[in-house]
Amino acid sequence: MSTLKRFLILLVLAFCSGSMFAQAMQSATQAPVEMATGLYQSGKIYVVVAVVAIIFIGIVTYLILLDRKISKLEKEVQNK
Amino acid sequence: MKKNWWKIIAVVFVLYTIIAGFLLKVPAQPILHESIRNLYFHVPMWFSMMTILFVSLWNSIKYLSKSNIESDLVASQAAHTGMLVGALGLITGSIWARYTWGAWWVADTKLNGAAITMLIYLAYFVLRGSIDEEQKRARISAVYNIFAYVMLVVFLMIIPRMNDSLHPGNGGNPGFNKYDLDSNMRMVFYPAVTGWILFVVWMFTLRVRLEKVKRKIYLND
Repeated sequence: MSTLKRFLILLVLAFCSGSMFAQAMQSATQAPVEMATGLYQSGKIYVVVAVVAIIFIGIVTYLILLDRKISKLEKEVQNK
Repeated sequence: MKKNWWKIIAVVFVLYTIIAGFLLKVPAQPILHESIRNLYFHVPMWFSMMTILFVSLWNSIKYLSKSNIESDLVASQAAHTGMLVGALGLITGSIWARYTWGAWWVADTKLNGAAITMLIYLAYFVLRGSIDEEQKRARISAVYNIFAYVMLVVFLMIIPRMNDSLHPGNGGNPGFNKYDLDSNMRMVFYPAVTGWILFVVWMFTLRVRLEKVKRKIYLND
C-alpha cells in the first residue's frame, strides 16, 4: 500500500462521509412532482437493478479476460 | 494483482453507482422526474471523455518534446477511447432529450458544442489516416491534437457558460445546478464519476497494450 493509494482512498471516503452530514440540509418539498413511485412500491425496480448490474458484470468479466490475454501476449512477445 | 487495485476500485464504484443510482432517493423535479438519475450515467461519460482526451493531449505534447513514437501511439489510442465515451454521451443525451424536451436534438449551445467537439476529433483521425510516413504523421497530428483540446475547452466549457441553455444546470431550467444537486445525489455522483473515469482508463490501457504488442511484432518481422 503506497502513500498515494492511501491518500486516494481517504479522499474518496472523505467525499462520501462529508455528504452524509450535509443531508440535514435537504430542502422541504413543494408541489408534488410525479415520480415512479409505483415501480418502487411494487419492488419491481430491483429487477431493473439486477439486469443492469448483471450486464455490467458481464462486460467486466469480458474485460478481465481480455486483460489476461493481452498480458500473455505481452510475455510471449518479450520472450522472443 | 498488485498493479490492478485501481481496476477493482473502478468496478466497485460503477457497480455501486448502478445499485445506489437506481435505489436511493432523488429530489422530485418537474420536467425531469425520474430521469434526473441520468446524472449518474450520462454525465460521467463527459467527465471520462475530457479526462481521456487530456491524456491524449499530454502524450501529444510529450511526443513533440521527446519524439518518441510510442507517445504518439498512446495519444491516438486515448483519442479513440475518448470518442467511444463521447459517442455514448451524445446518444444517451439524445434519448433523454426525446423524452423530456420532445425532440432528439435541439439547437442548444451545449448540445451543438459537444457535437462540434466530436467532429473536431474525428478530423484528427482523418488527418492521421492521410499521412503515411510515421514520424511526419505523429508530429502533424500531435500539433492538431493540441488545437483540438483547446477547441474542446472552448466548446464544452466556455461557450456554454456564456449562453443560456435548455440543458439542466443552465438558465431557467429546473434541473440541477449547484443549489439543487442535493447531498443525496452527490453521494452517488462523485463515486460515479471516479468509477467511470477509471473504467475508461482501463479500456484505454488495454488498447494501448495491444497496439504496442502489434508494433513489436511488426518491427520483429
